Amino acid sequence: MKNVFKTFAVASTIALSASLAWAAGTHPITGEALADDQTFTYRVLDEASSYDPQLLEDVDSSKIARDLFEGLYNQDSQGNLIPGVALSHTISDDKTVYTFKLRDNAKWSDGKPVTANDFVYAWRRLADPATASAYQWYINVMGVKNNGPVSDGSLPPSELGVAALDDHTLQVTLEKPLPYFPLTTVHTSAFPTPQWAVEAHGNEWTRPGNIVANGAYIMTEYVANERSVRERNPMYWNNDNTIMEKVTALIINDENVALTRYMAGELDQTDIPSGQFNRLQQSNPDETVVVPELCTYYYTINLTDTGNPALQDVRVRQALSYAIDRDIITKNILQAGQKPAYAFTPEATAGFTPPASPMASMTQAERDAKAKELMAAAGVDGFDLELMYNTSESHKKIAIAISQMWKQKLGVNVTLSNLEWKTYLDARGSQNYQVARAGWCGDYNEASTFLDLVGSESGYNDAKYNNPKVDELLAQAKVSADTQPIYTEIEQILATDTPIIPIYQYTANFLMKTNVKGWPYDNVEQNNYSRDLYKVAE
Amino acid sequence: MALPTLLILVIVTFVLMHAAPGGPFTSEKPLPPQVLANIEAKYGLNEPLYKQIFMYLQGIVTEFDFGPSYVYKDRTVNDIIAQGLPVTLTYGAWVIVLMLAVGVPLGMIAALKQNTWIDYLAVGFSILADLLPNFIMGPILILIFTLWLGWLPGGGWNGGQWEYMVMPVIALATSYMASITRLTRSSMLEVLRSNFIRTARAKGLPERTIILRHALKPALMPVISYLSPVFVYVITGSFIVDAIFSTGGLGTYFTNAAFNRDYAVMMGVTLLTGGLTILFNLFVDLLYSWIDPQIRY
Repeated sequence: MKNVFKTFAVASTIALSASLAWAAGTHPITGEALADDQTFTYRVLDEASSYDPQLLEDVDSSKIARDLFEGLYNQDSQGNLIPGVALSHTISDDKTVYTFKLRDNAKWSDGKPVTANDFVYAWRRLADPATASAYQWYINVMGVKNNGPVSDGSLPPSELGVAALDDHTLQVTLEKPLPYFPLTTVHTSAFPTPQWAVEAHGNEWTRPGNIVANGAYIMTEYVANERSVRERNPMYWNNDNTIMEKVTALIINDENVALTRYMAGELDQTDIPSGQFNRLQQSNPDETVVVPELCTYYYTINLTDTGNPALQDVRVRQALSYAIDRDIITKNILQAGQKPAYAFTPEATAGFTPPASPMASMTQAERDAKAKELMAAAGVDGFDLELMYNTSESHKKIAIAISQMWKQKLGVNVTLSNLEWKTYLDARGSQNYQVARAGWCGDYNEASTFLDLVGSESGYNDAKYNNPKVDELLAQAKVSADTQPIYTEIEQILATDTPIIPIYQYTANFLMKTNVKGWPYDNVEQNNYSRDLYKVAE
Repeated sequence: MALPTLLILVIVTFVLMHAAPGGPFTSEKPLPPQVLANIEAKYGLNEPLYKQIFMYLQGIVTEFDFGPSYVYKDRTVNDIIAQGLPVTLTYGAWVIVLMLAVGVPLGMIAALKQNTWIDYLAVGFSILADLLPNFIMGPILILIFTLWLGWLPGGGWNGGQWEYMVMPVIALATSYMASITRLTRSSMLEVLRSNFIRTARAKGLPERTIILRHALKPALMPVISYLSPVFVYVITGSFIVDAIFSTGGLGTYFTNAAFNRDYAVMMGVTLLTGGLTILFNLFVDLLYSWIDPQIRY
């Protein structure tokens, strides 16, 4: 048995005693003078898919849900776990039973206490086929006992391995040990849900007026395709330490219009339109932000019979990878701080260091020579290849650059084919392609969120890559305490087999007004909580 | 005639929609088959197509229920139309008023003062307006009135306050205004040269009476034919305007629903457009017979 977060109690006491200070207009911890106006307005691309924690399925919605609801644990600005509704947990000796101690001062916005039952209800709801959540698979990621049979309806949701021992003790039983299980609780799918509100209002329970929430904010205004507004929830247990009063998400489809409105002072944060990064970094250096993201841009190669016959030869696949000058892609095309990728898992992933791959340490001239060598060894001298991507300016630019590199260095004649998004997904998922552009972002900050993708059973393995050794290593990693050597080995196998060609590691870049503080720049998942934000007086 | 037309519209749209590759739940992270099956069962998408069409029609006839959105989980098609239609109706009505109030008089004056500076100005304006389609005009307006002058908010609707409406209406109305100016001008010129006007002039009628009582009505005929599709387009909202100004109208749903394969939303807006088209065609036909009593149905 072990107990985590012992030190947090101390930290929270300090924060609490300091909370009186902010009434005087200074930040309780940093002592900065606070602005009178504590409102934060930011741009989102599209209408939210939902605000229901178990039903929502996009990044912008989950950001809003993280303000409205609070799960067992939260993340600090570095991405480390800190207590949310749960104060701490203990783990059984066989590492399959987690017992969470919940705080007794957590309340829903209607004044009811947040209890272990609210988590039990939410997790069962997530797994229940009747809910038909697109994130139902997340209960499998969490590895909660009986997740399989409950998901397919062969066992009732009540058989799921989650139970309320009392109001403030939640017990979770896992199928097998999962070292990163606590990390999975910060995901919105695992947030508690108020059964009484869901049952009273059905689909409309998240609307202003109906919503019952346990987070730092509560939805007060919602106009589809225009805006959603959330304001402080006075019932939130840590409301005294919340500084930002009101957060508004403005839906602006056009990124250039959003930029103009940011410049006009209507927004505190907005995305940087593609191709404008350099200009903005010159004109507004203090507001231009680049942070790494847990995402990799790569090309996937169809290894089945419907693929290109030349690509069945591993040496040809390697040659294609060697011949790509990733620096040209990142420095000349993307120009927004992206890093070249030589491994599938991004460098920013916690507890993971990419293996020193031979390719990464070569110069491009050496890589090109190696690529030619490999093509010669394979006895292939130029062939026709189709490269597929979904319609987008930047995918197109990258595809053109890479097809030129392949043409000039290897004599490969590349035909580009761009498809509308859903058509492209359909073609990629049914192996109706030769080489296709792809991107993957981690669902949690651990290498398996990437590497599971190349498992032969993975539904996301569009290359249809099948290597029993990799499957075996992936299974080992699930139960191992020291995963780095296992992940390193998998990456090395991938570098050799080349079912996918990693191209670059994403960065998130955006503009943020300099008076907004508290953004978790160091959290690679960019899981931000508005209650950490504040505006300083200028 | 209207009902069979709508029925055919439903069937054709349904079949075409389902024929497009991918579906509402196709995504970058494909759903496990189990999850997909759950969701398809919830929405009845596992049924054969004819049955789905039947269930869809049944929902509309018995409960006036146009189905759920597959993308916006908390909302139904009825919600979406109830929220978006008033917005597009409001700015659409202003666009129609503006384009007629400016376009028709401008075209008339240009015709009456043909080959004078007023004519050149009107024609010049209408050509310029055509060179500035709304997706260019919108951002330029925001640049001028929001960023440089700071007079108007750069987007949003805010319940339809006038300062939020000015730019969307101008952006959408300008090119229609230009077309109406040109149409009115050329048909007015034609009418002014016709025999019955010459007769009226010969009778010694005042020029004012000739223009307003005799020339205007026939000159408006081509304008009215042009109006029918414009009415529908403007009133069901513009994708460009909604996307640029975040007005929250129905416009964005047309394109987004198609991209997202949000079947029920796509059906809902298609039916709405179909219904309105039929309605406006009727309205325009009635206008014809009012203007030209020779037309009888």
